[in-house]
Order: sequence, then C-alpha cells, then structure tokens
Amino acid sequence: MTANGTTESSGAARANGSASTPPAGTRKVRFRIKRCEGPGKLTRWETFEFDIARGENVISCLQRIAAHPVTTDGKRSTPVVWDCSCLEEVCGACTMVINGQARQSCSALIDVIAPNDGDTITLEPMSKFPVIRDLWVDRSRMFDALKRIKAWVPIDGLYDLGAGPRERPDDQAVRYTLSECMTCGCCLEACPQFLLVEDEAAWAESFIGAQAISQARLFNMHETGAQFKGDRLDTLMGPGGVSDCGNAQNCVKVCPKHIPLTESIASIGRSATAHAISKWFAGK
Amino acid sequence: MTQQRVIVVGGGLAGLAASARIAEQGLAVDLFSLVPVKRSHSVCAQGGINACNEVARQQGYSEYEHFDETIYGGDFLADHHPVLEMANWAPRIIDLLDRMGVPFNRTAEGYRDLRLFGGSLFKRTHFAGATTGQQLLYALDEQVRRLEADATVTKYESWEFLRPILADGSSGPRCVGIVAQDLRTMQIRSFRADAVVMATGGAGMVFGKSTNSVICTGAALARCYQAGAAYANPEMTQVHPTAVPGADKLRLMSESARGEGGRVWVPRKKGDTRTARDIPEAERLYFLEEKYPKYGNIVPRDIATREIFDICVNQGMGIDCGNQVYLDLTHKDPDYLTRKLGGIMDIYQKFVGVDPRFEPMKIFPGVHYSMGGLWTQYTAGSYAPSTPQPAHVSGTPTACDTEIGRGMLPGAPNNMMTNIEGLYAFGEVNFAFHGANRLGANALLSCIFDGLFSGVSVVNYIQSGVPSTAPAESIGQGVFENAVSAEESRQKTIVDTATGGDHADETNPYIIAKEMGEEMTAGCTVVREEARLEKTLDKIAELRDRWGRMKLADGATWTNQSLSFARAVGDMLTVADAMASGAKSRKESRGAHYRPDYPDRDDANFMKTTYVTYDVSEGRARIEYREVRADLIEPRARTYGKVDKEESAKAEAAAAGA
Repeated sequence: MTANGTTESSGAARANGSASTPPAGTRKVRFRIKRCEGPGKLTRWETFEFDIARGENVISCLQRIAAHPVTTDGKRSTPVVWDCSCLEEVCGACTMVINGQARQSCSALIDVIAPNDGDTITLEPMSKFPVIRDLWVDRSRMFDALKRIKAWVPIDGLYDLGAGPRERPDDQAVRYTLSECMTCGCCLEACPQFLLVEDEAAWAESFIGAQAISQARLFNMHETGAQFKGDRLDTLMGPGGVSDCGNAQNCVKVCPKHIPLTESIASIGRSATAHAISKWFAGK
Repeated sequence: MTQQRVIVVGGGLAGLAASARIAEQGLAVDLFSLVPVKRSHSVCAQGGINACNEVARQQGYSEYEHFDETIYGGDFLADHHPVLEMANWAPRIIDLLDRMGVPFNRTAEGYRDLRLFGGSLFKRTHFAGATTGQQLLYALDEQVRRLEADATVTKYESWEFLRPILADGSSGPRCVGIVAQDLRTMQIRSFRADAVVMATGGAGMVFGKSTNSVICTGAALARCYQAGAAYANPEMTQVHPTAVPGADKLRLMSESARGEGGRVWVPRKKGDTRTARDIPEAERLYFLEEKYPKYGNIVPRDIATREIFDICVNQGMGIDCGNQVYLDLTHKDPDYLTRKLGGIMDIYQKFVGVDPRFEPMKIFPGVHYSMGGLWTQYTAGSYAPSTPQPAHVSGTPTACDTEIGRGMLPGAPNNMMTNIEGLYAFGEVNFAFHGANRLGANALLSCIFDGLFSGVSVVNYIQSGVPSTAPAESIGQGVFENAVSAEESRQKTIVDTATGGDHADETNPYIIAKEMGEEMTAGCTVVREEARLEKTLDKIAELRDRWGRMKLADGATWTNQSLSFARAVGDMLTVADAMASGAKSRKESRGAHYRPDYPDRDDANFMKTTYVTYDVSEGRARIEYREVRADLIEPRARTYGKVDKEESAKAEAAAAGA
C-alpha cells in the first residue's frame, strides 16, 4: 500500500485504492454494435469481444472498445461514438437501444444483462431520432416540445420578491416525481404513435409524446405555472396532441424514473375536455 | 448601434443563472455547452443548498454564522468578503428558486423542509429529495428556455470552447470572444463578445475516476490558463468521504445520508467476516462519533475522508480488510428514507444491487470537487470591522448585518473577473468561495450566487468599461481569423496522426488519460508526500511527451469524438501539472491538502492563495503566493471539537504561534 491506498506493484493504481474492483479477465463478453458514419450514410454491424471484470456496465465496455477498437475478425475500426455525461442515470444522455430496449447504458450492468461467459449484447441508436453518428442521436425535438408547451413558471423576474407559494407535501411529492424527467426519450422510443420526423417544420403536427404531456401536467399543477394552463391545453388539443395517444401504455413501462406517464396523459386528457367545454360556453 | 453580446461558456447552474441575469438586463447572450444544458453536471448534485432560514434564525443561527462556518470549513484560505456577500444572499436565492417552482421538500404545514449538513449544528440545508442539483438545474433551464423562446438567449449546444480571443484592452489584454467547435459538423469558428463568462465546472476527470461527469475535464480552464488567465489554489481538490467505486466512475452517496442520521462504522474486530446485521451494536466502531462527539458523522468532508482513509489504509480496519466502510441508514424508517433520500437509495440499489434501506452501504472516498479554479477579483463591500472578529457564538448579536453590499460592492465591474479584462469565472471554475475545503450544500449556492450577483457586474463592465467606447464589433477581423487558424492547425496536427504508423499503448490517448488518472489519484489526493509528488510530476512529464507523439484512432471529419477527447487530454495534463506543482509547493496541511511531512497549518507562511500562471516557454506552472484578505474573522484552530486532546492542543498552539 502506498500513500493513497493504491496498489502500485500491480502497475495499476486503482481509483482511490478501491479494493472492491476485482481484476479484469474474469470472463468474455461480445458486443454487436450498429454503426453509421453520419446522416444519410449506410449502416453496418461490427462485433467486438473482450474480457471484462465483475461490476462492469455498457459504458465501461464502450471505453474498452475506444482504447482498442479491433473487431472480432481482427480488423482495426474506430472508437464508437456515443453520448454520455453523468454515468449515474440522472442526466439522460447515454440512452440507446440495448438488446432491443431503450435504456441508459450507464445503468445497464453486464452481470445483469449478459450474465454468462461469452454472452452477446446488441447496441443500436434510438430509432425515433435522427442519427448523428453511431449511437449518438439528435433529441432536439424533445427540447423543442418543452418550448411548445411553455414548460416553465412565468416569474416576474430575478429580483428579490420573497418566497413562492406554500405547498402541501402530497402535492410536492407528485410534482417532484414528474420533475424527475431527464428528457432521455425512452418513453418516445417505446411509443407506437411517436415516429421519426426529420423535418423540423413537421414537428408541430406530429405526436408530441408522453414526455411533454407529463411536463405540461407538472407546470399546470404549480400555482404560478398555471397561468399558461390554457395555452398548454390548447397546444395539446391541437394536431399531434393528447388525442393522438393510442393508449399502448408502453411509455410508463420503460420510464427509468418510474414517472406515472399514463396518469399524466389521462389527467391532461380530462383537463383538455374541461377546457374545451368552458371555451365552448364562453363562445370562443 | 449594434447589439452588445455576452458569451457564457457552460450551461450548468452558474452558466444558466448568469445567462438569465444578463439577458434580463437587456444584453444578448450566446450560451455554449458541450451537452444540452439540461444534462450539465449540476444535475448530479444531491444533498441540498444552504441558507439561513427563519427556523434556524429563531434557534440562534444567522447569515453571519453561515459565513463564519464557511470560512472555518475552508480552513481560512478564502478571502472573507465574497463569502460574507454569498451568505447574505443565500436566503434570497432560496426564495427565488421557490418562485421558479423548484419542488423543495415540504413540512406538514407546507413550509420548506430543512436538513442537517456537514460543518453546521443547525438545519440550514434546503432540499428536493436527494436530487436537489437536478431540480435546481431544471428550474434554471426552464427560465432560460423561456428567454430562448423570446430570442434573448441563443444556445450553442454540442459546441466545445477551444480558446478565448484576446485583443488590447485598457491595460493589458482584453477578452473579445471565443473560438468554438461544433462537435457534430466539426466546424471551427470565432464568436465576438464584449465579455465572456466561463462557467465550465470542475476538473475531476484529471483523476480518471471521480464523482464528476465525463464532461468535467478542466480543459476549458486549461485553455484560459494557457492564454494567460491565472489559476488559483490548483492543489485544493475535495475528496468526498462517501462514494461507491465502479468500473467507469465513482458514484456519490450524498452527505445528506449522514445529515439524515446515517452512521459510519467498521467492525471493532479487524477482519470480522460476519455480515453487518450479525455484528451487535457493541462490536461496531463508530469512529467519527467517538472522535468528534459534537459533530459526529457530519464533520466536514476533508476530515471524514482522512478518518475513513486512516481506518482502512493505515489501520487495516476496513470491511474485509479492504478499502470500504459502512454507511448505515438501516435504523431509519424505510418510507422516511424514500421520501428524503429516494434518489441516492435508487442509485445504490441500481448500481450495487443491494437495498440500502435494509442493508448498510459500503463506501470509500472519491475525488469530488475542485475548490481551486480561475483566479478572480472583486471590490470589497462596506463592512470593515476595526479588528477581525473571534469565532461567532450562536445566538449572540452578529458582528455584521445582512444588508446587500456588506461583503462585495454590488455591480462593481471587476467582481469575479479574472486577471484578463472581460473574462469572468463563475461557479466551480471560480476559486473564490471555498478555500481549502468546501462545505456540503455550499456549491449549488456559490454557482447561483455568482450568476445572479456578478452577472450584473458583467453588464456594468460592458456599459461603462472599455466595451462602451470600443465594442467587440469594432475590432478588426484579423485577431479572430488568427485565433481560428491557430485552432485549425492544432486540430490538423492531431488528425494527421490518424493515418500511417502503428497503434501502440504508449501513444494511445485513451491509455495516456488512464495513466494520468491513476497517477494523480495515487499521488495527489488524500495524502500528498513530497517524494511521491515528484514522481507524479515526472510521470506527467512522461505523459506529455507521449501525448506529443500520440496517434489518433479516428481521422473522421464528421463527429470525431476521439479528436475532441485527445485534444482535451493535453489540456488535462496542463491542469495536472498545476495541481501537483501547487501541492508540492504548499509545505503545510490545510483543509483538503494534507502533507504528512508538514502536518500542521502554517498561517505565517501559507495563509496565502496559490497564484499560478502558465509559463509558455517551459510549458509548466509558475507559482507565486498572494495574501488572503482576511480582515473580518480571526483565524482559529480548526478542530471541530475533536476529543483527541493532544492533537487539538497542538493545533491550537500552532495557530496561536502563527
């Protein structure tokens, strides 16, 4: 042991001397990865195989491939391009399709998804968003949807004007759960009604999906945020709005944060009906 | 007249708060970020945000005590005035976040709930579950999206900052824009601005594995430093006591786990093979509670880290004789834990496969936060006691009121400006607030405070400083073209290595980065020994040489992540050199910086800011020291009521003699 508790005789001073990381080489894993050099380019499959240690995840395997990008047939390739940031399933960046299901690659533990020696893991980019390169897709449409539904609390400005509204703990609990949405896109990848739309001009006419509908509910629940409740409902009653939902309920099953997305859709649906009736009585 | 513009680099809490504040004052903001801003590293902050509040106030707490705690927690290395201003602003910041709709946890009556946090005996930490950073980031992201919809803020997401652009200023260089690259198309171009705000966070990736996001490389800081910006206290890196080791990163288990009653322990019997639940209470060593009866498990992070480290590494008392100790919450009600700490309970369960509501977590310290960063200046406010005050006693009248402007002069153009005119540093990349150790739940505060308070300074600089008579728009195209071609040629040098030649680990940028991380972790974290630091500096020199001969694995002209990574590795080595050089030069122990060869704090020689400038010809750090402006609080021994009498007496004597 040296000063900072790392074992240097092994030639590899492990992170702060973590003794819980076993040495590499305990077993093999195989990756099939769908690759694409850029928009409009042909896709191809590449296979990589290597030894891993216990406790690895898809990220640490992609890091291994980046350092040694040689395929199983001995061909030298390039590091795989993928999006990631926090690696603890809270930023949403590293979402991809792993063995057929959209999820975060950081929390995809190899011991769980491919527990046996030599198991194969298949990685593909999400199919509902345009591919930038390899596994990195452009999810701008999700952020654009947040603009469309005015997903913010319209405060008067940044000056000191005292506290916000008081809130009951059970209301806070609902808002907090809705506000954990990390814009990852799993719900949209799984949705039969949400389709790939490359033309930005067509986004406003296409199904907006569970993510934005649930965010509309979040802001409608807030005392100040409710100022735009009517605007949000008008948007969600228009083309691509809540009535396009086919009730497949896939979204709620795949949400990594367990957000009650179908409840949000039902809630917005009810509000929209009430909003339509009150508008009709008001002669608008 | 053309519209005056500000560039903000980084879209975490500091960058978003700055963007919102500056845009509100009527200037156009161009906001650059490596990732969609909603995915910035602030999202990882868990525990909460500190501020004096009415409940704590009625128990004797105050903004002044928050200030005193922060200076004491930082071991008297931070200038006092900026910290006082931050503490005075804190309650106003909480109110503002509340108005933005942050779902802060609530009491039964609907008020904001509070929890204990390290370095304080009062509940003064506001929180939203155990994902407070995420909730604060989202609230500011939403406000900036609203400004984006109004076209006052323009976002450049998936763009990388490559260098500041400097022209002649009023005295010395002045920042007039940046060079940046679109990471998808790889287009490199210049952007003009009358001021540039760096809000680019910390540099955890220099240590390989840390609790930081992969984007926290420190490369942006390095690029400013190499362009002439001073780097302050680079040796001050926080190692968080409670992280979970993983193959790709160290995952943080928030200090709030201890604030909510979590207890740290190891079996009293060395090498005890029984499972945690089979070890009876009397046979557990709650070493923090025994040594620090007053603060117990909520001693500041540097202290908890050294104690855990001592138990495992020096005494061999870790669980299974390894480098891990228990962080135990199993005595708390599982529903309470879900409500207060759900976020981290889920992370632990997901990544370790064990439910910490029923089985104690196994944790070990991990690199977490950069107290050091770009050196910044300020104009002191109106508070000027005739002599520095002794330790504040809770419940007694405070030495200073809470009026705005007592700590720093609001709107002074130089507030949080680097030594380069027009180049500002906000948030973690700013060294100003945390001294030698940051208190838990002060980081979110310092980020938002910088954006809101010093955002106004940026506006005033533009409206009354050099840009008011010589806007960036009026500067000739040459300086911008030169900066772009310098970056294009730096890129070409790297990309050209992708063709021809053989691939070897020696010249592989991924391997170079891995070795750098291992070396920095071994030599420059919890314990810093002179001989080991020299070895670290030799290793950095070797890695620099190898980086200069590197071979890139991808020559693509579209979305080349390997290029961006390899380029950053060179910048990270520059940061590593400054960190290790600073650690070697500071021959004392203070806060996170522990030198076994100089175990005491030495105020006479080292109550000073390490002020590092980049020596272009040597490619190395050049170290000077600047006095800490410490005229508000008298320095005192930092013992946190430790019961080890001998050591406490020694520390007090050392401080008195200084």
